[in-house]
Formats: sequence, C-alpha cells, structure tokens
Amino acid sequence: MLREFTCIICPNGCELEVEIQDGKAVSITGNLCPKGVTYVQQELTNPQRNIATSVPVKGGELPLASVRLTNPIPKDKIFEAMAEIRKLSVEAPIQAGTVLIENLLGYDSNVIVTKTVEKKQG
Amino acid sequence: MEKKAVIIVGGGPAGLAAAVELYNKGIRDILILEREKHLGGILRQCIHDGFGLTRFKTTLSGPEYAQRFIDEVLEKGIPFLTDTTVLDVSEDKVVTAASRKGLIRFQAQSVILTMGCRERTRGALGIPGERPAGVFTAGVAQAYMNLYNRMPAKEVVILGSGDIGMIMARRLTLEGAHVQAVFEIQPIPSGLPRNIEQCLNDYHIPLYLSHTITEIHGGSRLTGVTVAQVDEHFQPIPGTEKDYTCDTLILSVGLLPENELSIDAGVQLDNRTRGAVVDEHFQTNVEGIFAAGNVLHVHDLVDFVSMEAEALADSAAAYVTNGPLPECPVQVIADGNIGHTIPQKISGQKDVRLSMRVKRLIKDCRVVVRQNGEEIAAKRMKKALPAEMIQILVKADKMTSTGDLEVSIEC
Repeated sequence: MLREFTCIICPNGCELEVEIQDGKAVSITGNLCPKGVTYVQQELTNPQRNIATSVPVKGGELPLASVRLTNPIPKDKIFEAMAEIRKLSVEAPIQAGTVLIENLLGYDSNVIVTKTVEKKQG
Repeated sequence: MEKKAVIIVGGGPAGLAAAVELYNKGIRDILILEREKHLGGILRQCIHDGFGLTRFKTTLSGPEYAQRFIDEVLEKGIPFLTDTTVLDVSEDKVVTAASRKGLIRFQAQSVILTMGCRERTRGALGIPGERPAGVFTAGVAQAYMNLYNRMPAKEVVILGSGDIGMIMARRLTLEGAHVQAVFEIQPIPSGLPRNIEQCLNDYHIPLYLSHTITEIHGGSRLTGVTVAQVDEHFQPIPGTEKDYTCDTLILSVGLLPENELSIDAGVQLDNRTRGAVVDEHFQTNVEGIFAAGNVLHVHDLVDFVSMEAEALADSAAAYVTNGPLPECPVQVIADGNIGHTIPQKISGQKDVRLSMRVKRLIKDCRVVVRQNGEEIAAKRMKKALPAEMIQILVKADKMTSTGDLEVSIEC
C-alpha cells in the first residue's frame, strides 16, 4: 500500500511517499534527511507530538507563563496531558526552564516553563 | 538634541538580532525603542514550538527563541527603552517617541526599521453582513489566550489558511473550543504543509480550499457565517452557499508590513511586498535608513528574520563607521511566477542572498538567476510553494556591476 506523509519535524515539510507492507515501511522516498525515515516509522507505530500551553501565575507581572514539553508524547495522550497541566498554577517569580511536572503521565517528558514571569511591582 | 549612532525601531526578533550584531561589530552607541512593556515582539505570544531549528538546531517556543537574543542584549548592556512608541522618523533621521518620561527626541546617524507586520482585518476583506463581536484576527485571539488568559471562543470557524490561523485552530481545540473548519479562498493552502498536518489533520479539522465567507450573521455576538465555494476568479458560485453556526470567526488572511513610519521618513515602498525597496545592504532609498524582517517582507520563519537583520547590521555598522556604502546600480527583476525579490538592487560586487516567494504552486522546477543572458545561479525545487520563502545565494565572482539580474522559474 502506498501512503503519503507530510513530515512535521522541520519547516521543510517534506512530502514522503511510503510503501507499507504489514504495517511496516518498506520504502520511503521524498525525505531530504534521515529524520523523515524516523518520523514515518514513528507515525506507523506510535505517533508522537509536543504541545504548548500556559499556566496561571499568582502575583505575576503577567497572568500566564507559557509551558511546553521537553519531549513529544503519544499523540492520543495529548488531551490527558492538557488535563494534567490544567491542574497547575505557579507563584511569581517563575523562571523559564523551571520543570513543573517531571515524567508527564509516566513518559520521558517534562513540562517546562518557557517564559520568565517576574513578580508584580507594588 | 541627544545624538545616537543607531536607533532601532522595534524590539522584536529583527530589532534584537540587529542590535546584538551591531554590538559584535563594535558599535556601542545603540538604542532600541520598543512600544510594548517587554522586548521580544510577536514571539512573546507564539508559545508553540518549532522556532530555531535552522538557527539553533533545536526546537524552541517563541518566548524561548526571543529570550536567547534578549539575554545577549542584557549581557552586553545594549540600551533599550520599552513602553516607548516611536511617533516619527524624519528623512534627516530625527526620531521622536512617546515614552514614560514624555516626548523624547534623538538625532540618529542611522535608523533601523524593524517594526514587523500587522494582520489583514475583516475591513480589508470587505466581508458583507452584520458587525457583531466575535470576529478576530488569529493574532488577536492568540494574544487573548496566550498573554491575557482569556478564552475568546466556543464554536469556531476560521477563514484563511495562514500559519497563525492553523496554529490557533490547534490552540483553541486544546483549550476545549470546537473548530468546525478552515476555509481558504485560494486553491492551495497559504500556510506550511507541516501546520496542516500537525494543527488541522491531527485534530480532524477539515480544510476547504476555494471557499470563502460571503456573509457574517449576528447581533451583539456572532451567530454564524455563510460559506460559498468560489470559481477561478474567486467569485462565489451561486447555489453552493452553506450556513455554519458559530460564535467566533478567526481570520488568518495575510500579513502586511507596518510601514507608516517608513513612509513619513520618505522611504520608497515596493507595492508587491508593501515593504521598503532595499539594496543588498538592506538600505532604503534614504541614506542611513535600513529595514529588515517582517517590516521589509513577510517571512515564513523567524530564523530567516534573524539572519536578515544580522546582514543588515553588518552594513549599518559599516555605514556608521566608514560613511556611505557602495552604490547598487544592478536591478533585480523577477518573472511573472515570482511575487517579489529582496533585495531589489545590488552592487554586483558582493555575494548576495536573494529572498523570494513564488506566486503559485510550481512542481519540479528550477529557480534561475541570469545576468547578461548568462546563468549565474540556480536552485532545483521539487515543489515551490507560495507559503515558503525561497533563498538563493549568488556569488560575487559570477556577477558584474552592469546588467540587471533576472530571476525566473523554469520547468
């Protein structure tokens, strides 16, 4: 079976043509780099995605600190991950890089702050 | 009046990269003027990842990408003023700004324009119908959600397949809104393929090409939109209308360089890019006034914005140190398949990186640069998309300083 994929690893967005037999890729064409091969293999077995969202900050100069995952997690766990992150709130000041959840849902992925939020003045 | 070697108008990705590179070239008398409370520009609200793959070989969120440059600005002690809105830049490079301390004015030796771009709005499209609340540009919805902690929508329709619109389709879905569909008037998507995959397909959000919104319904709040298929002249096809019930319409229908200050400074604009006409030094027709980033032409990736601003800074540093830059008498002329090229003028004596976008999807083609009939650079493209900026390096040893550069797409 021939299936087309758009690689999402980088902005090149390579269009990959993949010949699949018994759920496995037997040939992959159209990729500009080896990451395309890894991407297709991952998509066929266990698609992974990263997510970004925000958490509320108490006493901050801004109401929100943005967060992301350090590694992608299975695509079908995204909404579960969002539910976990939604339970969080932090106190200002909070530094970019701070780990808020280690091993999210048991995966090798941490929730980290991506924007420093200082304390509100006065 | 206080004097400055270089004033940078706008502390977003282009302005920050220019400031750091100027410093690295030995220029110290710099001032960045930023109208927001913080440096970083639009990256502050672009919390998704995917930034920095070219520049830092790793995927970062927008705030993290900006912070890398902000940290350098802070470490080097490059002066900046936030909460400071530039009101006027004159042809003789007097910069007037409104700040917390009142009106401030500087005589600059050089001015760097890095104001970025603005979103096209409903008004610019002229969509008929009522004028209810609930019609937002994608960037405004993004600011509500990612900066101000406000959820602007429950039932959503998106017009336009720009990258920010698709990214907001995903963001809204993650926060519990229902995004019914994205409609695009063009026969091809205007955003990047990877965003169609990871922002729409992943969440089963359909994308309808050659469709537009023909009417907006609602009283105080949006209640729905009428959508129709369009023909090859973008005219709605009667009988194809369909009504969608929604409380929010997100527009992702294009970005326009923000050049009001440039116009007042006497900077000549290119009606294709709506940004300045620049030479290979990123210098405008006004000596000592430079432009780069989205104020010059809308980029696809911030990594290229940073690179362009750094190239600008090298020239601006040379200008501030040694005076007027070499003449650029060679015009860069594009064929009908290409929307525009940057720069528009070159010297023919220095390696130059031409940036361009194609006007339509072209498969299996070559971008070819010729001078005096001779091929001097080429790039093979499996697929040239209007969504992607194409860059091609033309080497100095292949060029002369007479004869226009002709850029064309050959299949």
